[in-house]
Order: sequence, then C-alpha cells, then structure tokens
Amino acid sequence: MATQTPATEVLDLTVRKAPRRHWLEVLHDWVTTVDHKKIGLMYIGYSLIFLVVAGVEALLMRIQLAVPNNHFVSPQVFNGLFTMHGTTMVFFVGMPILFGFGNYLIPLMIGARDMAFPRLNAFSFWISAFGGLLLYFSYLGGSGLYGAGSAPDVGWFAYAPLTARVFSPGHSTDYWTLALLLSGIGTIGTALNIVATTICMRCPGMKMSRLPLLVWLYLVTSGLTFVAVGPLTAAQIMLMLDRYVGSHFFDTQAGGSAVLWMHFFWIFGHPEVYILVLPAFAFANEIIPVFSRKAIFGYPAMVAASVGIGFISLSVWAHHMFTVGLGPGANTFFTLATMIISVPTGIKIFNWLATLWGGKIHFTAAMMFAIGFLFQFLIAGLTGIMLSVAPFDWQLGNSYFVVAHFHYVLVGAILFMIFSAFYYWYPKITGRMLSERLGKWHFWLFLIGFHLTFDLMHVPGLLGMPRRIYTYEADRGWMIWNMLVSSGAAIQAVATLLFVFNMVWSYFKGAVAGADPWDAWTLEWSTTSPPPSYNFAKIPSVGSRRPLWDLKHPEDPDSDYEMEQSVPRKRSEESK
Amino acid sequence: MSTTAVIPNSPNERWELPSRGVVGMACLIVAEAAIFVIFVVAYVFYIGKSLNGPTPKDVLTLPIFTTICLLSSSLTVHAAVSALRQGKRNLCSLWLAATVLLGGIFLAGTAHEWYDLIYHDGLTIKTNLFGTTFYSLVGLHASHVLVGLIMLALALWFSLRGEMGREHSEKLEVLSLYWHFVDAVWVIVFTVVYVLGR
Repeated sequence: MATQTPATEVLDLTVRKAPRRHWLEVLHDWVTTVDHKKIGLMYIGYSLIFLVVAGVEALLMRIQLAVPNNHFVSPQVFNGLFTMHGTTMVFFVGMPILFGFGNYLIPLMIGARDMAFPRLNAFSFWISAFGGLLLYFSYLGGSGLYGAGSAPDVGWFAYAPLTARVFSPGHSTDYWTLALLLSGIGTIGTALNIVATTICMRCPGMKMSRLPLLVWLYLVTSGLTFVAVGPLTAAQIMLMLDRYVGSHFFDTQAGGSAVLWMHFFWIFGHPEVYILVLPAFAFANEIIPVFSRKAIFGYPAMVAASVGIGFISLSVWAHHMFTVGLGPGANTFFTLATMIISVPTGIKIFNWLATLWGGKIHFTAAMMFAIGFLFQFLIAGLTGIMLSVAPFDWQLGNSYFVVAHFHYVLVGAILFMIFSAFYYWYPKITGRMLSERLGKWHFWLFLIGFHLTFDLMHVPGLLGMPRRIYTYEADRGWMIWNMLVSSGAAIQAVATLLFVFNMVWSYFKGAVAGADPWDAWTLEWSTTSPPPSYNFAKIPSVGSRRPLWDLKHPEDPDSDYEMEQSVPRKRSEESK
Repeated sequence: MSTTAVIPNSPNERWELPSRGVVGMACLIVAEAAIFVIFVVAYVFYIGKSLNGPTPKDVLTLPIFTTICLLSSSLTVHAAVSALRQGKRNLCSLWLAATVLLGGIFLAGTAHEWYDLIYHDGLTIKTNLFGTTFYSLVGLHASHVLVGLIMLALALWFSLRGEMGREHSEKLEVLSLYWHFVDAVWVIVFTVVYVLGR
C-alpha cells in the first residue's frame, strides 16, 4: 500500500520562493497584510509584549508587598500598577493571545484558505492594538488626580462613583475607557469573523459534528463575546457620557446608582472569565488526545458541556457582588447558578481524564503543561465553589483569598495552557521545534514558582489581608506569607525568561520540525511548517473528525466508525 | 490515494454552506442587541427615579406618524431586495428611494421632537435621570438609523447609476437585515419609552 505518503507532499503542490527582501518591504508586508496567519502572529506578538509589561507591573507590586511598611513605590503609583496590571492582562494579553491562536489555527483546522472577512480581521487587530497603545500612552499624556502622566488608578473594574469627574479629574480614566471601548470593537469584530469562518468556510465533508473541538470551543467563546463585550461597550459609552456630557447614569447625587455599574460591568466581567478559559480548554482538547495517542473521549459531551458553560456563565455575574447586599433571593439564585457551572466543567475534566486513561502518554513539555493545567484548574474550581457560597464570600470578599482564586484560574489554568499551546504549535508556526530540555526546565521552574506564589497567597487572605493595599503593618502575621509569595513571583519570572530565550534560540537553532512532528490528526498538520500563505494548494475534503488519521491509516480509518453508526439508523428508517 | 487528500467515503452530495455575509450580519446584530439591552435596562431601571422634572408624562407625545414611516420602510427595503433579485433595477431604485425617504422622515421627526424637548420643555441630558436615559437610548437608536440611512443612500446612488445588478442582491439583502434590526429595536424603544415609561 502506498498509503504512508505524508499528507504534506500531497498538499504542497507549489514551490515556495524566498528571496531576501529589504526590511521596509517586510514591514510594509506585515502592516498591510490580511493573511490570517500573519494577523494571528501579530496578535500573539503584541500580547506577549504586553504580557512582559504587565508581568513587570506584577513584580513591582510583589516587591512592594514583600516586606511590611515598604516604600519601594508610592501609594499613588501602586494604585496605577494594579489597575494597569489587571486591565492589561485581561484586555491586552488574555483576549488577544487567545484570539491570535484562534486566528492562526481555525482556518487551517477547517481546511480554509483564510478567515471569512480578511480585511475586517486586519481592522480588528489594528484597532485593538491601538487601544493598548492608548492605555499606555496615559503614562505620558494622562493627567489624573496627581497631575500629568498619571496612569488610570480606578482598578480594573472601575467602580462608580470613583470614576466620576469629581473623584477622577483629568484624563487618565478616559484613557482607560477609550482603550476598552476600542479593544472591545476589535474583539467583537474578530469574534464575528470566527463565527462566520467556522460556519461558512468549512472544507467539504467538515460537518459541524466533525469540527475539531478547538474550533467548537472558539465558536462558543465568540458567541459569548457578543453578549459579554456588548454590555461592556454600552457601560463604557454611559461612563463617557457621564464624564463628558454631564449625564447621570452612575451619579448618586442625581439619583443614579453606583450598583448599576457593578451589574453592567460584571454582566461583562463574568462571561469574560469564560471567554478566556474556553480557549484554554480548546487547547487541552487538541493537545491531550495527541499526547495520549487516543481520540478524545466523549466528543459530543464536550461540545454540549462547552455550550452549557456558555449559557450558564451568563447567569452568574452577581456572585462578584455578594458583599453589596443583594438580598436573600438574589444571593441564593447566584450561589446556585455558580455551583451549577461546576457540572459541565466537571464533565470536561472527567472526559480529559478518560482520554488519558489507558493512553500511551508522551510526556512532552506541551503535555506536562496540559497535565499541570488539569490539576490546577481543578483546585481553582474548588476555591471557586467555596467563594460561590454567599456567607463565605462575605467573609473573604475583596481579600487576597479572592486574588489567589482567580489567579489560580488565570495563571494555573489559562497561562499553563497557553504555554502548552506554544510548545505544541510553535513547530507549525516557525518550522522549528522548541527545545524540550529547556521546556522541561521552564515547566518545573514555573510550576514551583506558581505554587509558591498562588497556593500561599490564599493564606494572607484567610488571615484578613485585603486586596489593593499598598502596604501593611508588621504585626498582622502576613509578613512571612507575603515574602514567600513574592519569592515565588521571582521564580516565575526566571522561568518566563527561560521560555522567551527558548523561543528566540529555537527559531534559529531548533531542530527542523517537518509538517507533522507530533503525528497529530487535525488538518493544520497536513500542510507545511510554516504553512504557505494560501494554506492548502488544494482544498482538502474530510470524512471524519481525524482526517490525518484516516490518511495515515487507510486500513482502519475513523470514517468507517462513523459509517457504522449511521448505517443501522438508515436501515431502521427504511424498515419504517 | 496518493495524489489528493480526499478521503474515501467522503460524501458526493453537494457541499453548501450559508452565506458569510448573512452570518456576519447576524453576529453583528446579536452584539448590537446586547448593547441595546443594557441601555433599555438602564431606562427601565431609572423610570420614576428622577429627582426633578420634567417627567415623561409632561413632555413626551406618541410619535405615531414617524413610527409608521420607519416600520413601513422595512417593507420597502424588502421590496427593493426582491426587485433586485428579479433583475428589475429601476423598480429597485424606486423602492430604495422610498426607503431612504421614509427613514429620513423618521430622523427629521426625532430631530423635531428633540428640538421641542430642549428648547420648549428644557429637558437635556443633564436635567435628570429621565433626560439621561431618554437621550442616550433614543439617540443610540437614531445613530443606528443614521448609519443605515447613509448605507441605503449609497446603495441608491449605485442603483441610480446603474452599477447595481442581480449579482449584488445578496449584499443588499445583508444591508436590509441591518435595517430590519433597526426597525425591530424601534418597536422595543417605542414600547419602553413611549408606552410603558409614560
């Protein structure tokens, strides 16, 4: 059988020419590109830059808090630091890096040559990027409470009435509002593009029931983006009107309600958590099966659970507001709704475990990060259930316990899966393997640093340390914990540097990857690494969920099993 | 097997997918609807909470005529799409012109209403919570009407110059979807502001 022909040779019909070009030409190419892969890479690159910036902000805060009565930074600067850290990490690191991977991978995975709206794609990227620059321009141009050059200092959820003109004079808060408004427009544009691409650009045979799970999860994320970012945009418009035209949406002096802002913000804010975590699940859905050498367990259940999470996540927002005093009815509703979300999430975790079960597990760096994700996401979920209980939340709301909980999700789950995705898809993107040796160092160092920081961060929270304080007295018993937390942050910083070094070094010196280094099953591995700008010389057509498996194993293709399932059904229809 | 990636057993049936224009517009409509929902919620939440006058009862009158104009423009734009689909270009121009006219009357009506409110009744966005929520909700809708009107006017311009043919009927349909959405939002705004809120 001439069946072992690598899929690459099948699809790479044209010769690629690579003459050396002037750097201005290259730059012009990147600025004017509408290619989904280049836009995806620009998303990833720009969010990595912001990741470093916001990471440095986190380190500055940890240095400040490492010892009591510290005067490393002033209270004013500290307020700006936590505001910028949170805003940057959510809007200019998390969302763009995940949409970057989506942009890069979705057309490749569904056998398309580009997104549905390539120019809208470029517009979305550039407007989001402009939003990020605008946010940071506030360090130079924003005049706030403390004169020129103050960054926004209202916290990342910017509660009213602190954002009113009286309490936040100058323009630093406007930079925050405008940056979020612009990046929101970009996010909605990209989400729209992802939905249209997924529905309208699939290659022949790629039914919805055969979509790679990554694409399914991005579809859910994008749907969630419309209904979450829309309200944020609306709330930002209201805040702008309040600040510039003198309207009274959040003006308590004129009968307006500060709690209304909280509702509007968290109607965005909680689905936002799922917008960030669903792509992390998406990566896990692709990476765990490939390195367990088994097809994913429970594909339909995974899809159903993801859609379920999407819907339930719209009805849990007020668990961020238990301490406001919502009354027993609302407290009960939001407690229960929050707890119910652990059911579809639990289904996912068990499906991943069942995928691992009996598999031939390959402990590559990508897989190690994915397994770390599984355990840490579980723990993050457990503290989440603790905080979903309203009375428990009254005790610990706005304490470092909450900070530890959501960083467990954002770092322990999402960032771990992002690292995993880098190790998995870097060979596809660059054509070179990342060093596994450095990758394992990166994993273990980061794991140790992560647990040192975020396990122990729960403790000062339980001991009563509130978030967003710039320093504390020595006699509170928080000292040793904060010192350990800060030292863990330093270890994570070293691990991240190692990762950056690995990426740069491997780009030049890494082993050549070839089209399909992991012996994987989805369509992106059927084209060259890096893929040509047209992705596929010939549009593929697929007959199952694992087209490359079918191609490599024609004696036992997945499509046979799909037939088996559908044939009896047909027969029963005939017998009617 | 060795020349193409086509998998055996792949179905021979025709592979048809929905139009990306329609799907994209549907997504935009969902996102826009979410924005409107928040403004409507704010309006409903603040009904009767203004600390001073004027109240909706004092100053608002039912804009029946302009509402009829806007809603019937949904029919005319639909007729324009149908005409274009059948290749009747002149008829399409006619219906488009009617749509632009009806939309224009609606906007003029809103402008007139606002003028009266501001200069006769002394209600501005700063006056009270009613002013705040009224101008922002109705204004958000009016700005969507304006955007739709500009795009329809462009379509009319191309149609009059004879540059629009049957092959563009899908694009005009996508635009008409947006226009239907704007009309549907007005039904809700009308109900909330002029019926329930009064």
